[in-house]
Amino acid sequence: MDKYIKAPITDEDAKSLRAGDYVYITGTIYTARDAAHLRMYEALDRQEQLPIEMAHNIIYYMGPSPAREGRPIGSAGPTTASRMDKYAPRLLDLGLKGMIGKGKRSEAVKEAIVRNGAVYFAAVGGAGALLSKSITASEVVAYDDLGTEAIRKLEVENFPVIVVIDSEGNNLYETAIKEFGEE
Amino acid sequence: MKTINVSEIIKNIKEMCIEANHFLTPDMDEALKNAVNTEKSPLGKQILNQLQDNLQIAGSDMIPICQDTGMAVIFMEIGQEVHFEGGSLEDAINEGVRQGYVDGFLRKSVVKDPLIRENTKDNTPAIIHYEMVTGDKVKITVAPKGFGSENMSRVFMLKPADGIEGVKNAILTAVKDAGPNACPPMVVGVGIGGTFEKCALMAKKALTRPVNEHSDIPYVREMEQELLAKINHTGIGPGGLGGTTTALAVNINTYPTHIAGLPVAVNICCHVNRHAVREL
Repeated sequence: MDKYIKAPITDEDAKSLRAGDYVYITGTIYTARDAAHLRMYEALDRQEQLPIEMAHNIIYYMGPSPAREGRPIGSAGPTTASRMDKYAPRLLDLGLKGMIGKGKRSEAVKEAIVRNGAVYFAAVGGAGALLSKSITASEVVAYDDLGTEAIRKLEVENFPVIVVIDSEGNNLYETAIKEFGEE
Repeated sequence: MKTINVSEIIKNIKEMCIEANHFLTPDMDEALKNAVNTEKSPLGKQILNQLQDNLQIAGSDMIPICQDTGMAVIFMEIGQEVHFEGGSLEDAINEGVRQGYVDGFLRKSVVKDPLIRENTKDNTPAIIHYEMVTGDKVKITVAPKGFGSENMSRVFMLKPADGIEGVKNAILTAVKDAGPNACPPMVVGVGIGGTFEKCALMAKKALTRPVNEHSDIPYVREMEQELLAKINHTGIGPGGLGGTTTALAVNINTYPTHIAGLPVAVNICCHVNRHAVREL
C-alpha cells in the first residue's frame, strides 16, 4: 500500500512499514556510499564521533552526477547496497533507522534491521533523472574531498521508495520472485 | 589512404560520451516501451513506467539517465588505410572522454589505482579496444558501462563435455545471481569460445548489438531466444521486485576455441544499455 512518512523517521513509523509498501519520504536524509562508509567505520574504530547523527536517520546509498547551474543536484539514483553490508550493522546498532539502495542484503544486515526495528528501502535503480526531481536541496556536510562520494544532506519531497526488508525481516525480493517465477 | 586529424577524434568522443549518457539508442527505447505493455506484475509495470518518465526527463532536462555515468568503454574499428595526424590517438581518445565528462556534467567514477583508490577527477582513462579492419573508415563506439551490473558479470571456464546445456546453465546462473543488483530489465551479453580474455571481450561487444537483432548462426539464434524466455520466467522482474520482464535481450557472440576448452563470459548490463556509434 502507499504510505507517506517523514524523515528523520520515528520508531513507530519504521515498525509500521511492511515489505512491499510503496513509500513517499519527505524531510532530511543523508547520502553515503563506499568511501564514506569506510571512513565512518575507521572513525568508530578510533572511537571518534561520526560526522552525522545516526539515530532515527536514513542513509541513501548514492553518489550523484554534478548539478547543472540552478539545480540542487544531478542524476541521483541508488547504488548497490550490498557493498555497504560490511558496515551497515554497526551503524544500525547506533540507531540508523533506514537505508535506501538497490539489491540484496546479507543475513547480518537483515538481523541488524530486525534487532533495531529498522527498514531497508529500494529506490528504482537507473532512474536517477526522475529521482533527482524529488530532491529539493543538497549540501555536502562531510568528507568533501571524496567528490561524488562525500556525505550529503538532502532535503527530499515525496521521494519514492519501496520497502524491501521490514522490521520483522520480511524480504520482498524473496517473496516477489516466487510470485512471478515459473520454475 | 585517408588522413584524420586526432582533433576530430576528441570532438566526436566528447559528444558521444554526452549523447550516450542522456539518450538511449532507438532499439533500446523501443524494447523498454514494449515492456510496459507486456509486463504482468502491477508493481513491475509501475517501475517500467517510471523508467519511461526517467528517459523523458533525462533527454529534455539533460540530466544523465543514471547517476553512474560509467567507465567509458570505447571500441575503435580502424580501417587499415587510415592515417592519423596531429598527435597520439590514445591521448586524443582520453581527451575526448575528459572533455565529455567534465563539460557534460557526467559523474567521475574512475580511481587511479584499484587499491589506493584516488579518483582521477575526469573519468579517464577510458577502456579502449582497437580492431584493425579493411577500408578507410573509422567506426567509433562509445559504451559507458555502469558497475552495478558490471560487478555481476562472470567468466566460466567450462569443459567441452559440459556442452550446450552447461553453457545455458552458466548464463542462467549469472543472471539469477545478479538479480536485483544489476538493475533489471537487463541486457545479457555473452561470449562463447576463444580464450579467457577473448570471450570476455566478445560478451562486452555483444552488448552493443541492437537488442532486436539476432545471431546469424541458427543454433545461436535459437539459444538467444530460448534463454531470453527462460530468464523472463525467473520471476526477478523490473527492479528485481517481481515480474515477467527480467531481460530485454540475450546477445551471444561465438569464436573458435581450443580442443580442451569451452570458455563462456556473461557481461550483464542494466536497462541503461548505453552506446553511441559514429563512423568517420
